[in-house]
Amino acid sequence: MPEPRVTIKIPRPLYERISKSIEGSGFSSVTDFIVYVLRDVMSGAGATNELDRDFTKEEIEAIKQRLKNLGYL
Amino acid sequence: MTEKKLTQIKPHGGTLVNLMVEGDAKQALLATADTLPKLELNERELADIEMLATGAMSPLDGFMTEEIYKSVLDTMHLPHGLPWTLPITLAVKQGQDASIYSEGTDVALVHDGTILGVLHLTSKWQPDKTAEAKTILLTNDEAHPGVQYLNSIGDTYLGGKLSVFEKPKHEILNDYRLDPKETHVLFKAKGWSTVVAFQTRNPIHRAHEYLQKTALEIVDGLLIHPLVGATKKGDIPADVRMDCYNVLLENYYPKDRVAITVFPAAMRYAGPREAIFHAIVRKNYGCTHFIVGRDHAGVGDYYGTYDAQYIFDEFDPAALDITPLMFEHAFFCKRCGNMASQKTCPHGNEDHVFLSGTKVRAMLEEGELPPPTFTRPEVAEVLKKAYQKGE
Repeated sequence: MPEPRVTIKIPRPLYERISKSIEGSGFSSVTDFIVYVLRDVMSGAGATNELDRDFTKEEIEAIKQRLKNLGYL
Repeated sequence: MTEKKLTQIKPHGGTLVNLMVEGDAKQALLATADTLPKLELNERELADIEMLATGAMSPLDGFMTEEIYKSVLDTMHLPHGLPWTLPITLAVKQGQDASIYSEGTDVALVHDGTILGVLHLTSKWQPDKTAEAKTILLTNDEAHPGVQYLNSIGDTYLGGKLSVFEKPKHEILNDYRLDPKETHVLFKAKGWSTVVAFQTRNPIHRAHEYLQKTALEIVDGLLIHPLVGATKKGDIPADVRMDCYNVLLENYYPKDRVAITVFPAAMRYAGPREAIFHAIVRKNYGCTHFIVGRDHAGVGDYYGTYDAQYIFDEFDPAALDITPLMFEHAFFCKRCGNMASQKTCPHGNEDHVFLSGTKVRAMLEEGELPPPTFTRPEVAEVLKKAYQKGE
């Protein structure tokens, strides 16, 4: 099942530069290239924020204590 | 010095799911749970509820509905587009009356008389289990343990979100059971930004050790993550395997670079599809890399030797977001005088130390130790004792 898609506008000169740059690179379209780059950027940015939100300081300390008790730390 | 961020690896779907309910919400559900229709969980479902509850199966928030199930079977992706290759299903058991469960109501999930949680039932259907076996296991052969499992359960599946009160209790290996949150904290505390996971349901012999240490050369840490959920008859028991792992780690692995915790999942023996599942789940435990060797999650000769590696080509690497490390068959080469693989050794099979599982079992039962070029002597001693005790 294909992922749902939306349209995002970028400047035409940039589009044309990317279009030339990806010739012979394995990317089949400018869209594929942009999706690849954005996913790469977001995987780093999202990771830190999401996980830091998921763990409270108290929770981390409690986990660390269990890890110490079990000999992992 | 600023503290390093927890980890750079993001759970599948972006958020580590937590289905454990506590406080007032738990009390409110518990107050009515005893009046609900009940469903006893089997060994695989127990492992699944534990992994769902702790986020190991993020982004899943319950047992699959028919829509999700069909999407996974047909496309190897969830309906919203994330890769997911195995159905995670809850079955009404053979001989049980399925009519007591109605969509739009709750079901109490029970094990040994204890209510572990509630399924908010939104989907009830009769799956085509023959098609499921053919699609997921690539066979309908009744000798396949996954086909045997499908034949052992009932003909109705129940799907919906879960609220979990308590995780299943275990009699063994409790000191090795770390949830995804705990492994994330462990990796951060160790200062590991990159971690490779090694899945196994067997003792670690020299070939596996070679794969692990080769992988460790390019990352910060190694998580040995043996599967301890339901396995087929004839596999070596988890507690014996754990003794093997510990004696190996004690003698041959750097303590500051390696951790061992157990993976509660049940084996599906689904080969290629299970390799993708194993990788995705390890991402949820905070790993950045995943070792895929020969015949990963295979059984018998149902899958090609490297099919579990080829299947990764069918996925967008950015959507999987964990790096598979593919290895060819490894062995000790007598002419090289070291461990090698078919990729790195120019010599023929006559120079390679290879022992079949059957041969190793026969040797151990006779009290004979396999050569140290095949398995470490300390590991062989543990296995010999176990075999002689008849385990």
